[in-house]
Amino acid sequence: MGNQTEKTRYELNKELAQMLKGGVIMDVTTPEQARIAQEAGACAVMALERIPADIRAAGGVSRMSDPAMIKGIQEAVSIPVMAKCRIGHFAEAQILEAIEIDYIDESEVLSPADDVYHIDKTQFKVPFVCGARDLGEALRRIEEGAAMIRTKGEPGTGDVIQAVRHMRQMNREIARIRSMREDELFDCVKELQVSYDLVKYVHENGRLPVVNFAAGGVATPADAALMMQLGAEGVFVGSGIFKSGDPQKRAAAIVKAVTNYKDAKLLAELSENLGEAMVGINEQEIALLMAERGK
Amino acid sequence: MRIGVLAVQGAFEEHEQMLRALGAECFEIRQRSDLSGRMDGLVLPGGESTVMGKLLRELGLFQPLWKKIESGLPVLATCAGLILLAERISGEEGSHLGTLPVTVKRNAYGRQLGSFRTEAEMKHIGTIPMHFIRAPYVEKVGSDVEVLAEVDGRIVAVRYKNQLALSFHPEVSGDTSVHRYFLRMCENARGDF
Repeated sequence: MGNQTEKTRYELNKELAQMLKGGVIMDVTTPEQARIAQEAGACAVMALERIPADIRAAGGVSRMSDPAMIKGIQEAVSIPVMAKCRIGHFAEAQILEAIEIDYIDESEVLSPADDVYHIDKTQFKVPFVCGARDLGEALRRIEEGAAMIRTKGEPGTGDVIQAVRHMRQMNREIARIRSMREDELFDCVKELQVSYDLVKYVHENGRLPVVNFAAGGVATPADAALMMQLGAEGVFVGSGIFKSGDPQKRAAAIVKAVTNYKDAKLLAELSENLGEAMVGINEQEIALLMAERGK
Repeated sequence: MRIGVLAVQGAFEEHEQMLRALGAECFEIRQRSDLSGRMDGLVLPGGESTVMGKLLRELGLFQPLWKKIESGLPVLATCAGLILLAERISGEEGSHLGTLPVTVKRNAYGRQLGSFRTEAEMKHIGTIPMHFIRAPYVEKVGSDVEVLAEVDGRIVAVRYKNQLALSFHPEVSGDTSVHRYFLRMCENARGDF
């Protein structure tokens, strides 16, 4: 069944993201953490050597994880396994494809390898998810072949403000395009630097042509519910879980919060006695803005 | 026709859109209190079966849904939904609802690189597009289970009483014939579940 056309492959990859909707994707650094995440109800895990909060603390260049470490996690769980490569580093992406990763995150969390070009993701069989701060970034990544989008937020901070800003920004721009006259779309194409077809899709459907998750700074069930109510179709939680006092309990609570994101009574129960949340960094205190990487 | 769609995780909206386009009314099942109204059919969508199985139990949905299915409520289960219904899961201990006498193999075609699309014949329906996404297939069927479709010698669709279970995803294929068949099942089964 390997003889799928390029277009079919892309559709299948978008459809895998559809299956992840309403779910929580958790950062894990060991097979043990991956098992905890799966037990707690993660719909996929992101395998990486260091979670964003530690990357931030350690400084220096951060790269794709050791394939042996990723394979260990693939063997530990039955849910999809994702891994990160650097922006523009198509050789890292080729390596991740070779070990049959389920999803590649071309991620601003790692040090960018190219300050001009993103990876031509149409050249790959495995799907890509990319971060975006606004509609233009999202559509440019989709044009390059991304099958899923997430807000960039600000990873490793435990501060949700940037994810909120990015989600609201995307929604605002989608609403604007939705309300445009057809003859205004051509100018919008130039403004966003994307093809007419993508702008037309947004105009007609009032949404991105791929699934859109929230990421970057989600640390509590309330954060997850906030992002879902703002229109996210699911949530990535990076440092928020395994940097907290009781990862298992917090992970399970965030999963349930995403399922019942409008039920405040249940959210109140879920938020009780979760132990210490990760120590946050306010956006004014951040030395490195990862969201500025890759436009 | 009022169809409940399990909406704890996964591609439930796609089922709702398809069923609504066919004139059915849909409601989402996210917690026990959602089960209070009339229900003529149930959809168990695609997604991650480990997540859905866990949430079924923890949100108090397991017992009431199990009871309704056992008493004949028509069910359409796709991919992860098939795993939720299966009596046995190959290589794993335990199962979820376990109302469908089959053994199912999870991630049977491998990782995402093994996902594929094809067209094949489905009994009572005809040739339809089939999208397999990290899909399971049925390894063994109990007696009285009707095999509805096979692809490359693997069983990918079955019916047992009022349970219709598929490895693939008609809800993303744009073809409504499986949902139409399911609504006819619901029509014929009309009862108080």
